[in-house]
Amino acid sequence: MAETARRTFALEGRSYDGDGISLAPAGPASRISLRAPAESLAALSEALGLDLPVRPKASARKNARAALWLGPDEWLVIDEGGADLMAICARVAALHSAVDISHRNLAILVSGRRVEDVLNAACPQDLSVARFPVGAASRTVFGKAEIVLWRIGEDAFHVECWRSFADYVFGLLDAAGREAVR
Amino acid sequence: MTQPFRLPGVGRLDAGKPLAFTFDGKSYTGREGDTLASALLANGVHLVGRSFKYHRPRGFLSAGPEEPNALVGIHRDAARKTPNVRATVQELYDGLAAVSQNRWPSLAFDIGAISDLNAPLFSAGFYYKTFKWPRAAWDRLYEPAIRRAAGLGNAPDKPDPDHYANRFAHCDVLVIGAGPAGLAAALAACETGARVILADEQPVPGGRLRFEADARIEGKSGWDWAEETVARLAARDNVRVLTRTTGFGYYAQNMIGLVERVTDHLANPDPNAPRERLWQVRAKRVVLATGAIERHMVFPDNDRPGIMLASSARTYLNHFGVAVGNRIAVYAAEDSAYAAAIDLKKHGVGIAAIIDSRAAPESPAVEEARALGIDVLAGHAVIGTDGRLRVRRVHVAPISGGPHREFQVDALLTSSGWTPAVHLFSQSRGKLAFDEATQRFLPGLYVQDAVSVGSCNGTFDLASSVNEAFDAGAKVAKEAGFRKPRARQMEASSGTPWSIGMAGASPGVEPGTSKMAFVDFQNDVTAKDIRQAVREGMRSIEHVKRFTTTGMATDQGKTSNLHGLAIASQMLGKPIPEVGLTTFRPPYTPVTFGALVGHSRGRLFEPTRRTPTHDWAKAQGAVFEDVGQWKRARYFPQVGEDMHAAVARESRTVRETAGIFDASTLGKIEVVGPDAARFMELMYTNPWAKLGVGRCRYGIMLREDGFIYDDGVVGRIAEDRFHVTTTTGGAPRVLHHMEDYLQTEFPDLKVWLTSTSEQWAVIAVQGPRSREIIAPFVEGIDISDEAMPHMSVREGRVCGVPARLFRISFTGERGFEINVPADYGLSVWKSIWAEGQKHGACAYGTETMHVLRAEKGFIIVGQETDGTVTPDDAGLSWAIGRKKADFVGIRGLRRPDLVAEGRKQLVGLKTVDPQIVLDEGAQIVADPDQPVPMKMIGHVTSSYWSSNCGRSIALALIENGRARMGERLYVPMPDEMVEAEVTSTIFFDEKGERLHG
Repeated sequence: MAETARRTFALEGRSYDGDGISLAPAGPASRISLRAPAESLAALSEALGLDLPVRPKASARKNARAALWLGPDEWLVIDEGGADLMAICARVAALHSAVDISHRNLAILVSGRRVEDVLNAACPQDLSVARFPVGAASRTVFGKAEIVLWRIGEDAFHVECWRSFADYVFGLLDAAGREAVR
Repeated sequence: MTQPFRLPGVGRLDAGKPLAFTFDGKSYTGREGDTLASALLANGVHLVGRSFKYHRPRGFLSAGPEEPNALVGIHRDAARKTPNVRATVQELYDGLAAVSQNRWPSLAFDIGAISDLNAPLFSAGFYYKTFKWPRAAWDRLYEPAIRRAAGLGNAPDKPDPDHYANRFAHCDVLVIGAGPAGLAAALAACETGARVILADEQPVPGGRLRFEADARIEGKSGWDWAEETVARLAARDNVRVLTRTTGFGYYAQNMIGLVERVTDHLANPDPNAPRERLWQVRAKRVVLATGAIERHMVFPDNDRPGIMLASSARTYLNHFGVAVGNRIAVYAAEDSAYAAAIDLKKHGVGIAAIIDSRAAPESPAVEEARALGIDVLAGHAVIGTDGRLRVRRVHVAPISGGPHREFQVDALLTSSGWTPAVHLFSQSRGKLAFDEATQRFLPGLYVQDAVSVGSCNGTFDLASSVNEAFDAGAKVAKEAGFRKPRARQMEASSGTPWSIGMAGASPGVEPGTSKMAFVDFQNDVTAKDIRQAVREGMRSIEHVKRFTTTGMATDQGKTSNLHGLAIASQMLGKPIPEVGLTTFRPPYTPVTFGALVGHSRGRLFEPTRRTPTHDWAKAQGAVFEDVGQWKRARYFPQVGEDMHAAVARESRTVRETAGIFDASTLGKIEVVGPDAARFMELMYTNPWAKLGVGRCRYGIMLREDGFIYDDGVVGRIAEDRFHVTTTTGGAPRVLHHMEDYLQTEFPDLKVWLTSTSEQWAVIAVQGPRSREIIAPFVEGIDISDEAMPHMSVREGRVCGVPARLFRISFTGERGFEINVPADYGLSVWKSIWAEGQKHGACAYGTETMHVLRAEKGFIIVGQETDGTVTPDDAGLSWAIGRKKADFVGIRGLRRPDLVAEGRKQLVGLKTVDPQIVLDEGAQIVADPDQPVPMKMIGHVTSSYWSSNCGRSIALALIENGRARMGERLYVPMPDEMVEAEVTSTIFFDEKGERLHG
């Protein structure tokens, strides 16, 4: 039998550390796109071990697992521990759709004092802590790419994008990060 | 002597180390804080350019961004040559090199000035009238010659080496303009805790306080108050102060465009610093504190170097410490110009006279001027000036008649009044109202959440201005959700008098005069031109503007529009508001393309999407092609091979043994839910309800109009789960199309759509040996023909990782498509590749894929279809579920035109000479001998050399094509008439036996 396939990460070896900003690819995680009507939330929340948020821009987090509200019936569930989210959801009888997107998306950790300025180089949202507090999440744009922004600390964001857009998103973050400070 | 016009101890610049610079190659020195204009004036240089049309010598009209004349080139290095820079805005840096424009051979002696002598020829509308005939000469002769003679600076000829940044920002209160009003508004707003952005185009805020040296605010000199206020604001967490930042555009819903000049003032900029930064600000409330712009007087020969706005001369004196001359006259129709004469006189500069066109000006300033011994000539007009390269003499006459007088001068200051800068207000779609009493356009009806304060609101008095602004700042902060600060009265006073002034031609410039009294300096438009426009029938200012080009230069008529309007209104005998005011459009001042483009250039112009195997293919020497944003391997040339040879080899190898192909870019959509099959029935023409789990079907998607929109193979993974594939380019739009119907037409269906295009890497293994090649890696799936026939899908593991294995074929060979999670794609590919090598397989690219599918007559959406092709046209009627009651496009398909006889149908074409490969897109005719224009009955959609068939093959859409089998048709090409036979679309393995091995 042939050897088991190895993973190749799209941003392998890329990172940037500058004045007030660092960029690093996040480690692998399991992810699902979860779609469900309101009636199913209780059952899904119980199975996932966290309360699926129902307010725009909200997220819920428990240990290595987080659920980000993306739309009225849509969540991005991320498990940094690599749990089999598809199997967990498969056990739920309540109406829903779970699709594995662990490899479709990847994440870049953007952190540092200048994090808002760097993200605002290409993301038009108001990222002040008052408007986009720790835990806030939103599907939005970064330049010409779609991203999911998730604030994981005052000075830290988790930026999700599709695999083939990672080079562009990282490149644009890098360009914005290298810009002389303002 | 260096800087002979710099007055010791005057102005706010540090007399420390001088900065060296050159103008037209000549060396000068200036001071830190100078503009190029103030530094040149300190050196007594007034002549800086030649005018656009008449090549008349021109100097500085102003000291700010409204400058129409002093446009120069700034040359940093070979690639950094910026044309048309306003010398009054460009800050001086050590080593700055500036050149004049629009002159040859030199600024002082310019051949083009012959146009000035011929000026009577070049009247308004000259180009429209003169170069009409012969028509052809316009393109070849007139336009090139005119463009050479006219025009200003030269565009740079090298790529811009600078980079530009972008920033989105949000705030509660955006204040544009940091003069006394803007500062007061920002102060009030920030004290409430509101987030405030304060932007000012100057390097140092202060606005009118730059020249208004007699201003006092809150017990301090105006300038000191401004500096302290800015420092206080900048120190606050909730305030961002942006200097060198122009608010250039006011867009919908309080979106404001600002451009920040980051490095243009630096001798050695940080290479990481962007040259400019575009700020796209969304503000809850906008405070416009954009000030007012002084107007010149429109009198004969009012454009000589040395003739400038009064407040500008005051700025050069009080801020830069520069006297704009040694013996200066003032020509005004309002009071504030007196302050310039008074300030200059007090600093020992000779004032020849103040000529005031008003009969009896009354103001403390008039008294003060007289008390200082200045000759004030009320009721007089300047009727002419002399001086070739600089004003030398002023001719003055009483308006009521009487003897002329002459004054020897080296500068002449003019002012006819102040125009509130309502540009941004107007851009915001606010309605301007003409104030009859003060003869000004002022902000009237607001349509966005903005407020105007200070001079741009018509409030010139300093105390009124700062208090109006403070109150407005407090009010808008409250509207933005903050607690109103305690009201307070700000103390302010100024010795500068303000009065109404006048607009239009000065006395003596009456209709009929042939003298050149300039209204618009940058486009060389005179009072006479505007009058002529009216005489020739222009009734609206919009017509006058286009006929004369007044206000259409890069300064957009900041100093000239009101004059032009007043002259037209006088000629028409109508009040100003009835003649209208031209629309203000962004940008307020010119903005570089770089600032607008920002990061979107080079590799960040557009995302470049690469598949997981990209680097492997690159290492193998693959040639890539762009498919949408994707890079796809087109072919894999071996040493010595061109595309033709590589594709011939790849296509043969696939059919003889096997080929491996990266199909990862195909769009994939997971359709999940109890109503998944019902949804599929509605979105595709095919029937899906009875498709068994583990089976696949080729699906066709139509638009409502019945034409093919997309196609792809769909696998049923479970009762409630389909794996849909789309074309590479169609992936996003097909998902949107489905989502659109789901949300608007079929909202009751319990089904959800998720893009999985990038979840899976797709490795196609096609050819007789495909099963042997993948067999060692497949776990948990019986891949025998019996267990896994053509058009089936199984879940299992490949190379130890979860996989969806499809038995499908886009080549007509036995074939598999291995879907594995994308990060495993490269590793799995390498394993398959290594195994394939043992069997003599090759990697193949999109070109071979195209040839192989064409050999089988498989269509490509977008190549065989163009948005007007029905399934029947494409020979795909079999894919329409005849028993289905509904699907998107079902009614469209019944339209009379879509079922009519004579539609173009997809057929094969074989050239009679098998070596000739037709051109894709070539037209087809039935009778080669008919006269031109021939009746075209169809066109070639795909055409290739097929090494497997040993000849060329082509697909074509031809009228009644299927009824023409065996018919000879013709393809007219530029050099020959190619004869071809209509055939079936299938050129290879007509019975399809190879699919099953």
